Amino acid sequence: MSQVKDVLLGPIFNNNPIGLQILGICSALAVTSNLGTAFVMALAVTVVTAFSNLFISIIRNQMPSSIRIICQMAIIASLVIVVDQILKAYAYEISKQLSVFVGLIITNCIVMGRAEAFAMKNPPMISFLDGIGNGLGYGVVLLFVGTIRELFGAGKLFGIEILPLVTDGGWYQANGLLLLPPSAFFIIGMFIWLIRTFKKDQVEAPEFELAKNSQKEAV
Amino acid sequence: MSASKDSIGRTITVAVLLCVVCSVVVSAAAVLLKPKQIANKNLDRQTNILAAAGIPTAGKDVQAVFDQLIEKRFVDLSSGKFTEVSDPARYDARKAAKEADTGVKLSRQEDIASIKYQAKVMPVYLVKSDSPKGFDKVILPVHGYGLWSTLYGFLALESDLNTVVGLGFYSHAETPGLGGEVDNPNWKALWPGKQVYPEGSMKPELGLIKGSVDPASPKAKFQVDGLSGATLTSRGVTNLVHFWMGENGYAPFLSNLKAGGA
Repeated sequence: MSQVKDVLLGPIFNNNPIGLQILGICSALAVTSNLGTAFVMALAVTVVTAFSNLFISIIRNQMPSSIRIICQMAIIASLVIVVDQILKAYAYEISKQLSVFVGLIITNCIVMGRAEAFAMKNPPMISFLDGIGNGLGYGVVLLFVGTIRELFGAGKLFGIEILPLVTDGGWYQANGLLLLPPSAFFIIGMFIWLIRTFKKDQVEAPEFELAKNSQKEAV
Repeated sequence: MSASKDSIGRTITVAVLLCVVCSVVVSAAAVLLKPKQIANKNLDRQTNILAAAGIPTAGKDVQAVFDQLIEKRFVDLSSGKFTEVSDPARYDARKAAKEADTGVKLSRQEDIASIKYQAKVMPVYLVKSDSPKGFDKVILPVHGYGLWSTLYGFLALESDLNTVVGLGFYSHAETPGLGGEVDNPNWKALWPGKQVYPEGSMKPELGLIKGSVDPASPKAKFQVDGLSGATLTSRGVTNLVHFWMGENGYAPFLSNLKAGGA
């Protein structure tokens, strides 16, 4: 039971795919300008990671090692296309906003990374849970970044006005930088900082020591 | 086990089986969900037509509003007159453009919007009214190439057939955040009130400029702010407006309509 809990909840803070493994940053920058798309993207990635882990784990003993990466890609790509088709049919507006990023889940390192690192070595059920856990870990970061960006960038949450904007006669001056992709870098950086403040064991050993400041004044 | 697992025969079998299973899953999803997706697309198109005409649809039944307010007609572009098509509900201008008898291949000089083929007959949408003209606004489908993709959208004109009511794109794949800003409501809000043609001419003047429009300039009514960081998309939008409002586009139709004889 504790293994299930570890696999499912571990990736949220202890072993977060974005925070610790630093995977899947690209899409985290692109889809977090509002919570709606961040939420759907997190859901899509969770579904794809979970099922790709499941199917890959089921056939892991049949897969010839020479073509294993391509087999994983084929499975992941098929799942992503199915998810994309479903979104187009049932959540057309959101799928338009996510545009190419649903398709790009194929190249999301989290999916491939978990398939290769976990599903190839573990039985199906636990792999499935690992996929869900990592999807959740990804989702937590996406929602965290999305909340900050949408709230302070547009004064809204899920499209509902929270802080009335100056442009609409309110008092809040929106921070336009937060709606641009680079702002997600800062927020993710701070998220990692925050996690590592509480989980000291995630702090990597420094690769080099900074030399002491020289006391000499520049001439 | 591991020796047989990596044999050539086994590798090929696994690859083939996996491909078959994956392709069946993918095609099943695509085929089963197609009707729903087409319905979504149509609804989206209707929403965009209404949005271009500045008719609010929030919280209303789009289909009902559309049926009540909008009349769909077909125009023969070369003669500029209304015409009929055999199956109005299913006429697809994109398909028609590619067929030899319903489309035209554009020469390089004509093809400023880089669309290569153009349908001879295009649908237009009239906002119904009781005025003597019989319409209030005209909504014209337009498309043209931007940076990565063809932008499909609608340009709506007032009943003077010169003042823009709105422009909106319902399908494109431009860079999100740069060229994708063609969907930005703030930018779209710059279009209403602009003029397409200068006084007494049918040569379109309206286009995007680099930077912001100087409101004091005499040309300001023919200019819209360019999209920053998206020079090629901006150029594409200008080109498609020039093409579709020009003589190979709707200009003949609009002059006929102005004269009251389309």
